Amino acid sequence: MNNRNRLPSVTLAASALAMSLLGAAAARAEGLVVGFSQIGSESGWRAAETTVTKQDAKKNGDTVKIADAQQKQENQIKAIRSFIAQGVDGIFLAPVVATGWHQVLSEARDAKIPVILLDRDIDPADKPLYLTAVTSDSVHEGAVAGDWLVKTVGAKPCNVVEIEGTVGASVAANRKEGFDDEVKKQPNIKIIRSETGDFTRSQGKQVMESFIKAENGGKNICAVYAHNDDMMIGAIQAMKEAGLKPGSDILTVSVDSVPDMFRAMIAHDANATVELTPDMAGPAFVALGAYKSKGTVPPKWIETKSVLHTSADGDLQQVLDQKKDLGY
Amino acid sequence: MSAAVDAPPRRAAWRVPRKALPQLAALLAILLLDRAVSPQFFHVGLSGGRLFGSLIDVLNHGAPVAMLSLGMVLVIATGGIDLSVGAVMAISGALAASLADSHPLPVTLGAALAVGLVCGVWNGLLVAWLRIQPIVATLILMVAGRGVAQLITEGRIRTFSSHGLAWFGGGSVLGVPAAVVVTAAATVLTLALVRGTALGLMVEATGGNARASRLAGIDTRAMTVAVYAWSGLCAAVAGILAAADILGADANNAGLYLELDAILAVVIGGTSLLGGRFSIGLAVVGALIIQAMNTGILLSGLPAEFNLVVKALVVLAVLLAQSPRLKALGLRRPGARATGATP
Repeated sequence: MNNRNRLPSVTLAASALAMSLLGAAAARAEGLVVGFSQIGSESGWRAAETTVTKQDAKKNGDTVKIADAQQKQENQIKAIRSFIAQGVDGIFLAPVVATGWHQVLSEARDAKIPVILLDRDIDPADKPLYLTAVTSDSVHEGAVAGDWLVKTVGAKPCNVVEIEGTVGASVAANRKEGFDDEVKKQPNIKIIRSETGDFTRSQGKQVMESFIKAENGGKNICAVYAHNDDMMIGAIQAMKEAGLKPGSDILTVSVDSVPDMFRAMIAHDANATVELTPDMAGPAFVALGAYKSKGTVPPKWIETKSVLHTSADGDLQQVLDQKKDLGY
Repeated sequence: MSAAVDAPPRRAAWRVPRKALPQLAALLAILLLDRAVSPQFFHVGLSGGRLFGSLIDVLNHGAPVAMLSLGMVLVIATGGIDLSVGAVMAISGALAASLADSHPLPVTLGAALAVGLVCGVWNGLLVAWLRIQPIVATLILMVAGRGVAQLITEGRIRTFSSHGLAWFGGGSVLGVPAAVVVTAAATVLTLALVRGTALGLMVEATGGNARASRLAGIDTRAMTVAVYAWSGLCAAVAGILAAADILGADANNAGLYLELDAILAVVIGGTSLLGGRFSIGLAVVGALIIQAMNTGILLSGLPAEFNLVVKALVVLAVLLAQSPRLKALGLRRPGARATGATP
């Protein structure tokens, strides 16, 4: 029963592929119309992602229609169906959850509209239903932060405290894994304390205050690693209030690269931040364009770069000027 | 527990400690536990003219929830509940942070407090005049309020540099952090207003039996609107403290779930959710118990995954210690006469 059902669907997929390849030759290289189903605007980063997507589209001469799902999958499914009905050239999807996409993505495939995932991945079983996923590697982000610390402290002994993201969030677990694995290789670096700061400034501050008190007024701490910049900004404040100099008494490294972190680095209150780029749409537009004009099938995963910015960089002000109006 | 609170104030004065025993014992036990996991817990030093130490952290970070519990305890005493306080915190913080750099401090504070008052009156009118159940009436603002706050901050963290507003986070009076001073002052003011006059009695009467109170000549509608307004005002102060603490307004996270902590503080303080008798002082002690626990968990170095479980166990223990049934079982032999004689 199962096998018999499977056969037609495979031929269907194959014929769909052939048709889309035929159609691709005729499509225009420029002026693509793309529907973008965005999760919402729950964080500054996501607002920046939306802004950058619009900017990318404008730069390429493409049109992007953005649907804000307000954190609801049902809204995203509705938006995708409406994009299919409008006959867009491609759909970008920042999925709010990993599961439950099979039906609507099959509809997109049947309509021969390629779907590109931005920022987050979905259930591996649905891999054939999307063209590619543009995401960052959050384990790698942690590793870049760890690598910076290893190189900066050299052979000196260094006690690190870690401010984790929300318990259970995959980003938090990955950024921890990447960093911890990197510094574990060094006998001189030890992670002495680790607590959750829930990704917020006020919790980050509170956690750092307790670390300072528990570690001899902060004298035992050589560096702080926070899973995002907001918690680090809170931690920097806690250090200042305790009479410590963040950036020199205690080294700081965190992930995200929000504008306020650049302000802190310019003021020498912070040392380094690993960038989670809000430009997930840039590579997606490139992949979609190549697929539409030449039929080039991109790899299933396009990893965005995790660039390290440090207070020693000469271009902090320029980067800040670029970032500050993105909606962070 | 007992009906001792209805006694005249002068006699009640020496009875309060016995009523407060479970809460004060719980606070002491948690502080000693904190001392056990972190030997320097009771050390208090000076840093930049400000008292500095874990004990100060407990007071300082406990301030917002203590502020919320001041309003919440009165609302609960009338038989109501205010779920919107966290969202009101976010609104007032967002407004304060947006105005701080362009307006003088009195305008900033006035606007932030006024918006809290308006929110509170709105809740009060829904409950008292439209007779919407409190949990539903305040749920509206709980959900919508955070959206309003996000509109004010445009969805980003709105930072400010005004020293006036920042004082509420980093400033101090004779070394005591400003947030603690503000909360202590608000507690004294609430006590004076409520216990210094007949207001407290009227609030208790409204919660105990609204119909009988009305027949006795108490304007229960006005009482209801007043307690929600006070709750909104207290939430606005808490919002200012939270924004000043991080020098910015984080509309997504400021005050998130703190309504639950405030309700917990009131319940730990021995006030029944059914309304009637209440204790302002013990609600504040409840807030301190919660914060002493949070600070202790952070100091203990316990893996983050354990935090909520530990918290739940401690709360369970504190509430069990207050259970009248359990007390009757446990204290029958030696203390039976002492507890039994009170009513």
